[in-house]
Amino acid sequence: MKLSTTRLLAILVKELQQLRRDRLTFGMIVGIPLLQILLFGYAINTDVRHLSAAVADQAGTQLSRQLIADMEATQVIEVIRQVVTAAELKALLDRGEINIGILIPPDFERRLQQQERRAAQLMIDGGDPIILATARSLTNMSFNQRSGSRSNKAAEMFEVRNYYNPERRSSVFVVPGLIGVILTMTMVLFTAVAIVRERERGNLELLINTPVTTAELMIGKIIPYIVIGLIQVSLIMLLGMLLFRVPVNGQILDVYLVSLVFIAANLGLGLVISTVAKNQFQAMQLTFFFFLPSILLSGFMFPFEGMPKAAQYIAELLPLTHFLRLIRGIMLRGVELSQMANDIYALLVFMLLTIGFAILRFKKRLD
Amino acid sequence: MNLDYAIESTGLTRRFGSLTAVDHVNLAIPRKRIFGFLGPNGSGKSTTIRLLCGLLTPSEGSVEVLNYRIPEQAEVLKQKIGYMTQRFSLYEDLTVRVNLEFIAQIYCIEKAQRRARIEEALATYRLEDLVQQLAGTLSGGQRQRLSLAAATLHRPELLLLDEPTSAVDPQTRRDFWDRLFHLVDGGTTILVSTHYMDEAERCHNLAILDHGRIVANGEPETLMQEMDCNVVEVESATPRKIANVLQLAGNIVSVTQLGARQRVLVGKQQGDASGYVQQLLDAAELQAVCHGAPPSLEDVFVTVTRNTHLPGIS
Ligand SMILES: Nc1ncnc2c1ncn2[C@@H]1O[C@H](COP(=O)(O)OP(=O)(O)OP(=O)(O)O)[C@@H](O)[C@H]1O
Ligand SMILES: [Mg+2]
Repeated sequence: MKLSTTRLLAILVKELQQLRRDRLTFGMIVGIPLLQILLFGYAINTDVRHLSAAVADQAGTQLSRQLIADMEATQVIEVIRQVVTAAELKALLDRGEINIGILIPPDFERRLQQQERRAAQLMIDGGDPIILATARSLTNMSFNQRSGSRSNKAAEMFEVRNYYNPERRSSVFVVPGLIGVILTMTMVLFTAVAIVRERERGNLELLINTPVTTAELMIGKIIPYIVIGLIQVSLIMLLGMLLFRVPVNGQILDVYLVSLVFIAANLGLGLVISTVAKNQFQAMQLTFFFFLPSILLSGFMFPFEGMPKAAQYIAELLPLTHFLRLIRGIMLRGVELSQMANDIYALLVFMLLTIGFAILRFKKRLD
Repeated sequence: MNLDYAIESTGLTRRFGSLTAVDHVNLAIPRKRIFGFLGPNGSGKSTTIRLLCGLLTPSEGSVEVLNYRIPEQAEVLKQKIGYMTQRFSLYEDLTVRVNLEFIAQIYCIEKAQRRARIEEALATYRLEDLVQQLAGTLSGGQRQRLSLAAATLHRPELLLLDEPTSAVDPQTRRDFWDRLFHLVDGGTTILVSTHYMDEAERCHNLAILDHGRIVANGEPETLMQEMDCNVVEVESATPRKIANVLQLAGNIVSVTQLGARQRVLVGKQQGDASGYVQQLLDAAELQAVCHGAPPSLEDVFVTVTRNTHLPGIS
């Protein structure tokens, strides 16, 4: 394969100059990381708070009122209605006005003394697994409450609080993964439209009639975006550290090294897409087609180990899966890169395969 | 293989599904000449040009361009040809200068010469005042000048120009053709496709394409002399009525109105053309003056393309 530095440089500089004029793309480079980190860091938070709840306190005793007050103190629920009957709670749940109904029967205090019967009832909108999980932990709290009342130690009622981790550990966990998600989203798209756009605008017919080789064209289109990807990585890490005090326990150089390979792998995939797609819309569709399983299966959303075996095998084919292992290992656990060589190799293989395939597939022809 | 020809093809054919866009085209285009492709929309001009530079693979037939077999040796050829696409294909979001610099680098013009070449091209194609302007904001004529500047920057032996002057005013077109002749004087071979008769007339050689086939081929002058029809011009106060009568008559190839006159093409087998037309009009009791006229290239075009549209007429 012959590479002319002059031509490679020509493509590269041209790409950067076009990018400089493309305000929208330029905004995307900074805007997407910023938006995503705020969204995932603050809004999409697995530490659930302020679920709306209604209470039917049929006991009306000192202890039952305290139970409700304690539950509210965890900030997990917010009591928005007081009703009388279980049927009313059910109706509110059905209408979606509340997530959780709390029923305290008239014989609450007596039940508390009898271990075999539950003292109170939680009625849950179980459709959302996160709410379900949260409610389950609330029942744990009721048990604590009960044992607490038995031994008459009020301090134990608040034991639950720690369980909910006021330090928001989830954002610490989410931010490194977010680097991978954002890079997948932007990098694949950049190169996916890169060649399709030239074809749509008619530039390609001129370009393929010049001595430029496919390899020069592809590599010239990848290099500028690698730089952009690394800028994004820096931006996300900086925001993560400033906003969420996300630690980098391993080598910062390793973070960049791993990101570099991951970026190139995604850009390679983008190039493959752009040799297949007929127009920019198709390129975007294909990108999305790849993006969705990446998010769902890679271990970003759900724990990898909890997935069925088949899903795990598919996930092993996605670069994001390997990147998440690497980046979480480096940033959170401070692992040495050499201990995770397999994941690095997987990314390298993915990169070489996609770029190689794109170069082979792209023909300097119109038919 | 003949060194005197820049392009030679035999039986060159390209199909798209059931459509035959280029149908057994034989070409022998001499070097250092301007060769024209004249043809209506969809006649296969662009497709032929794409076949010649290796952008499309022929379904049948063979081509040699500058003595390279195409498409097998297309890559070697690319350094030696310049191609101006029908649609503007430089980067609209880059300036005139940046576009030319990009092209200069892509063709690996030596660094020492690059600047001088670009300056020369800017001067030649009157683009000096536009260097900082985005190519996308140029007017039609300016774009065409920029495209030609880009296509000639690496001094190609062969220039393929696909409708280079569509959407350009007559004066700009003249300037453009002056440039082309200048390039031919410098040794370049030029293949140009066009819709315009005046442009076609300026070519050294001409091929008229219709439905993918070459229906006439030769020097414009010869084509006009050897035309299959005689031309009769009819002057009258009622040109529409005359047209209605003549269109129904035998041996009439076409009737075209030019202001108050009707230009009538009569098949050559009809000996005395203007006498024949006069007779037809007298029979229809229409007042008119008929006289013969020299054929134009448009007449040739109409005659040869008519033959394929309505095979039975002549
Ligand atoms: N990629 C393609 N796929 C299918 N059909 C095509 C393709 N390219 C061209 N054609 C068809 O081939 C025929 C010739 O097209 P071509 O573009 O060569 O015509 P042209 O002479 O350049 O016309 P114009 O003067 O409008 O530019 C047309 O009928 C066109 O629809
Ligand atoms: Mg065309």
